[in-house]
Amino acid sequence: MDDNKIRVLIAKPGLDGHDRGAKVVARALRDAGMEVIYTGLRQTPEMIAEAALQEDVDVIGLSILSGAHMALVPRVLELLRGNKQEHVQVFIGGIIPDEDIPRLLEMGVSGVYGPGTLTDDIIRDIRENTRRQREQT
Amino acid sequence: MNLVAEILSGNRLALARLLTKIENDSPEGVSTLDALFPYTGKAYLIGVTGAPGTGKSSLVNQLALHFRKTPGKEASPRVAVVAVDPSSPFSGGAILGDRIRMRDLSGDPDVFIRSMASRGVLGGIAQATASVVQALDAAGYGLILIETVGAGQAEVDIARLAHTTLVVEAPGMGDDIQAIKAGILEIADILVINKADRPGIENTETALRNMLQLGHPLPRDLRHHGKWVDQPVEADKAEIPNVWLPPIVRTVATEGKGIPELAEKIYMHKQYLHTSGEWETREQTRLETELINHLKSGLLSHWRNSITDQLYQDVLEKVYDRKLSPRQAVTLFLESEYD
Ligand SMILES: Nc1nc2c(ncn2[C@@H]2O[C@H](COP(=O)(O)OP(=O)(O)OP(=O)(O)O)[C@@H](O)[C@H]2O)c(=O)[nH]1
Ligand SMILES: [Mg+2]
Repeated sequence: MDDNKIRVLIAKPGLDGHDRGAKVVARALRDAGMEVIYTGLRQTPEMIAEAALQEDVDVIGLSILSGAHMALVPRVLELLRGNKQEHVQVFIGGIIPDEDIPRLLEMGVSGVYGPGTLTDDIIRDIRENTRRQREQT
Repeated sequence: MNLVAEILSGNRLALARLLTKIENDSPEGVSTLDALFPYTGKAYLIGVTGAPGTGKSSLVNQLALHFRKTPGKEASPRVAVVAVDPSSPFSGGAILGDRIRMRDLSGDPDVFIRSMASRGVLGGIAQATASVVQALDAAGYGLILIETVGAGQAEVDIARLAHTTLVVEAPGMGDDIQAIKAGILEIADILVINKADRPGIENTETALRNMLQLGHPLPRDLRHHGKWVDQPVEADKAEIPNVWLPPIVRTVATEGKGIPELAEKIYMHKQYLHTSGEWETREQTRLETELINHLKSGLLSHWRNSITDQLYQDVLEKVYDRKLSPRQAVTLFLESEYD
C-alpha cells in the first residue's frame, strides 16, 4: 500500500447533542496514523459534502443517533456523487436498527458499526477499502 | 482538461486534489505548482498564531465572515483558510478540529477551508504550507488566512510566510503570557487579546504592553513623518504610519466583538506594507530564500551524482576518524571535481 496518509472526515449530522462516540472513533483513527478532520455537532449533509470536497478525504464517518439515518445518508451520498466524489467511503456509527442495515449497504455505505464495535475493526475495514480504492486509480 | 487548467477555471475538487498531492510531495504536485507559479503573487496572506485554545479558529471564522460580507475599502475577496495542526509524534496521525469553529463559513462557494497536519514532511511544514498557499493563490483566493498553533520554530516559520501576522493571546491562561514563552511575540504585526469577556483582561494587556516596549526601539529613535516624536506612534490613528508598532486589539471572537476594529488594523498594516516598500522587500526576500533552498538541494544532488560512492565513503570515514574536518572534506570534494 502506498504510504500516503488516509484522510477521514468525522461528522455528526442530525440534532442530537452527543458526540462522545464520534470522538472515541476520531482518536482511535488518529492513533492508527490517520488524519482525522473533526467537524463537530449538527452538521447538515451539505456541510459534510462541502468539507469532504475541500479536504479531499478518502473516508467519511457519520455518527448518527437520532434515527434520521434513512434521510441523512442518501442525501450525503447524492451530494458526493454530485461533486464527483463517489469514490469516498462512507461508514456509519451509532444506533441503526438491524432491518435498515442491508438497505444502507445497498445504497453504497461501506460499513455500519453499532454500539460495542471494536475500533480495530473499523480501522481494518478503512485500510482495506482504501487500499482497494487506491489500486483502482 | 489538465489539472492546471482545471484549477485556473475554478474547479474546487481539482484544487483539493492538488493540495493532497502537494502534501504527499508527489511529482505531479510539484510540476503542477510550477506551471501555476506565474499566476501567484496576488493573494494577501494573514497569519494567525498563538497558544492552544486562545480562540484562533473562532477569530479566523469571524475575520473571514467580515471580509466576505463587508467588502469595505476593497472588493470582497474570495477567502481561503489553511489551518495547520500538529501530527502525533507517536502514530503520525492527527485530529484536525479547527473546522468546528468555522461552520458559519459553510455554504459560501467563495470560501475554501483546508486542514493540514504538520506531518514529518521533508523540507519542513513551512515549505509544504507555502506550496499549499501558492496553489490557493493561483486558484484566485485573494485573501488567505493561515492558522498555526504557536508552539515552536516551525510555526514561526509559517508565520513568516504571511504579510500580516496576528498573535493571539487570551486572559486567564496562567500568569505568563503564552506568546512570550513561545517566543513568538516578535513576529506580531498585530496583537489580539481575545476572550476579552473573561476576567484578567487588564493584566494581560498591561503585561503585553510592557513586553512590547522592551522589544521595540525607544520612542526617541523614531521618526514620524520626518519629525522626532516623543511617544511611540501606535497604529491607533486613522492615518497610515511610516513606522509600525504592533497595536493591541481586544476581541470576543465568539460574539464577533472587536472584529471590525481588528479588520481595520489589518487593512492599515497592509497599507503600511505598501507605502513603506516593505511589501516588495518581503516578497523578494521570500522568493530569494526559496530559490536558494532549491539551489542548495539541487546542487547537492547534482554533485552527489557526479562522484563515486567510493570517494564519498572514503572521505566520510576520514571525517569519522577526525582526520579531516567536515569543512576540509568539502574543500577536498570540490577540488577533486576539477582533477
Ligand atoms: N469566552 C470566550 N470564549 C471564546 C472566545 N473565543 C473563543 N472562545 C472559546 O475558546 C475555545 C477555543 O476556541 P478556538 O477558536 O477553537 O481556539 P484555537 O486557538 O483555534 O484552538 P486550537 O486550534 O485548539 O489551538 C472554544 O470553546 C471557543 O468557543 C471568546 O472571545 N470568549
Ligand atoms: Mg484552532
